[in-house]
Amino acid sequence: MQSVVNIGKNQITTDELLAPGHRACLGCGEALAVRLVAKALGKNVIIVNATGCIEIISSPLPYTSWKVPWIHTLFENTAAVASGIEAGIKSLKNKHKYNKETKVIAMAGDGGTADIGLQALSGALERGHDFIYICYDNEAYMNTGIQRSSSTPFGASTTTSPAGKMSIGQTTWKKNMPAIAAVHDIPYVATACPSYPFDLINKVEKAVKVKGPSYLHILSVCPTGWRTTVDTTIQLGRLAVRTGIFPLYEIEDGTYKLNVDPPQLRPVEEYIKVQGRFRHLSPDIINSIQERVTAGYAKLKKMSS
Amino acid sequence: MNRVGMEGSFAIAEAVKLADVDVVAAYPITPQTHIVERIAELVANGELNASYVPVESEHSAMSACLGSSAVGARTFTATAGQGLELMHEVLYVASSMRLPIIMVVANRALSAPLSVWGDHSDVMAVRDCGWIQIFAENVQQAYDLLICAFRIGEDPSILFPVMIHIDGFHLSHIIESLYLVEKESIGKFLPEYCHPYSLNTDHPISLGAFGPPNIYTEAKKSQDTALRATKGKILQVWREFGELTSRHYSPVESYKSEGSEVLLVTMGSFSENAMIAIDEMRDKGQKVGLVRIRLWRPFPFEEFRKSVKGAPLLIVMDRAISFGGPSGPVCSEIQAALYPLDKKPKVVSFVGGLGGRDVDAVTFQNLVNRGIEMADERFKGNLEIIEVR
Repeated sequence: MQSVVNIGKNQITTDELLAPGHRACLGCGEALAVRLVAKALGKNVIIVNATGCIEIISSPLPYTSWKVPWIHTLFENTAAVASGIEAGIKSLKNKHKYNKETKVIAMAGDGGTADIGLQALSGALERGHDFIYICYDNEAYMNTGIQRSSSTPFGASTTTSPAGKMSIGQTTWKKNMPAIAAVHDIPYVATACPSYPFDLINKVEKAVKVKGPSYLHILSVCPTGWRTTVDTTIQLGRLAVRTGIFPLYEIEDGTYKLNVDPPQLRPVEEYIKVQGRFRHLSPDIINSIQERVTAGYAKLKKMSS
Repeated sequence: MNRVGMEGSFAIAEAVKLADVDVVAAYPITPQTHIVERIAELVANGELNASYVPVESEHSAMSACLGSSAVGARTFTATAGQGLELMHEVLYVASSMRLPIIMVVANRALSAPLSVWGDHSDVMAVRDCGWIQIFAENVQQAYDLLICAFRIGEDPSILFPVMIHIDGFHLSHIIESLYLVEKESIGKFLPEYCHPYSLNTDHPISLGAFGPPNIYTEAKKSQDTALRATKGKILQVWREFGELTSRHYSPVESYKSEGSEVLLVTMGSFSENAMIAIDEMRDKGQKVGLVRIRLWRPFPFEEFRKSVKGAPLLIVMDRAISFGGPSGPVCSEIQAALYPLDKKPKVVSFVGGLGGRDVDAVTFQNLVNRGIEMADERFKGNLEIIEVR
């Protein structure tokens, strides 16, 4: 019997399939997300992990934090390795050499997903492999020291998009990865954040039941890279959702559904002003971010109605 | 024995079918295309019960192979030229993680300028990637050596990926007669693949942990030791295959080399034209012979030294350039292999057949004669690119 704890009307397993003792930074939102994902997935999975924070914190040879089968090979090929695992299992099943129900899970950061791994991901989604792809988005290459990615938000100062006399930091708007995944016409796409743990767990459980590819995009607060205090991770995740900067939604067979829809969005300034990566931003720039977020949220809401 | 006429690529597909491969993940590239097209056809017709994964690049082809091999599926792919280069970093992972993926490379020149035709530039760029690498020189060999490759790579004492090199077009697109191995006789020779450390939920393991400085050197040293140690098993597998089919293979194969004063050294499909040249020169009374390298990695030092023992001059014919390097890449290896010997032959390096240019028997005769002259010139230059207009 699995041991569970009750939190309100929700239940959560006490199994820790990502063992404690890993090397994540204090206040790491990503490690928290992975812990919750692992709980939701259970043991009948094979995990493919891209090079990045999670791989590095969980696998210094000869140690591992993983209590489920896990493989890391390279940075940009996670979806392709997952494709091969799924194809291998399928073929062995056809030949009656494998008789278990095993879900294949690919995990990568925003750089490994939106930048270098995008081609492999697109290929795997198009081919329709039965797997879940999870992007842990901490909005820059945090593992190598806070370099910008195409998922870094407008105005953020990173080590390769530094704010300076001639620059406001990142000058491009965050790439919309969930939309890119969705246009592959896959059955299930969702955004999540560990600040909403039961929403996250529900979505993972839903993705496990899907036949075919699903894509989860999880905002992972990174105190190290965002220049925030380590005790505000959960609060920041909630603010990202409540300001409309990172809305929680699902796209099921092409139909959008907002999962958290506050009656009134909080001003983005509340989210921005507490983060060192945005501290150089002028009120004008913050206004332009507000306009973009307001418009984006309205569009999403319209699509969800 | 069943003798048929068949294109090289189709013979490769027949070997894949005979091996009852579980997964083929491949991306089409000239001159490998006929191989993967034929395999896709076999799968579509139900003649081969495998998952065919039509990936979106060679990088993903080899990456998908990592995954399928890691769950214990017998895995095959094929590529050529640029495709092999795009796979480059993944090749190292396959060998380091001891995943016995079997791959045929239809050797092709590298851009630029773009050339879809054959040479060995692609192989030489992946020389040190840790795979077992074997060269075929005709369609029969390509077929035989591929069957053996599954047995070699998947042996629990080996667990290394294996590349079978066939010259693009010269072997991939040529129709030759060959003997096929009967399905009934293969079972004992090629048992089911069973990786002792596969990914499965009954015994969770972590594969591909990162190696801090305190362990990386040990990991690499043990990999090199293991690759060098595969030679004995390779010989055993080829011996057993010889018993099964009466077709015998060795790491280094000699042709009329006994008592030769000049030995031509080749690798790949060059060898058959070179043999014709040797016959004609022997008829004229010249004491020349041929040595063909079959096993490229691990390099068969012992066998090579033995096969050239006593010959005062070696003429090595390469199909790739080592830009700014000492000689052709195969020749450099040979010079290094011979350097520790007290009595060393002279070695002359030729490069030719680049980007699909034919090297016929007459050209081989000319280059042997030119090589003899160059040796007499006392190495004013020991590297020549032949037949440059």
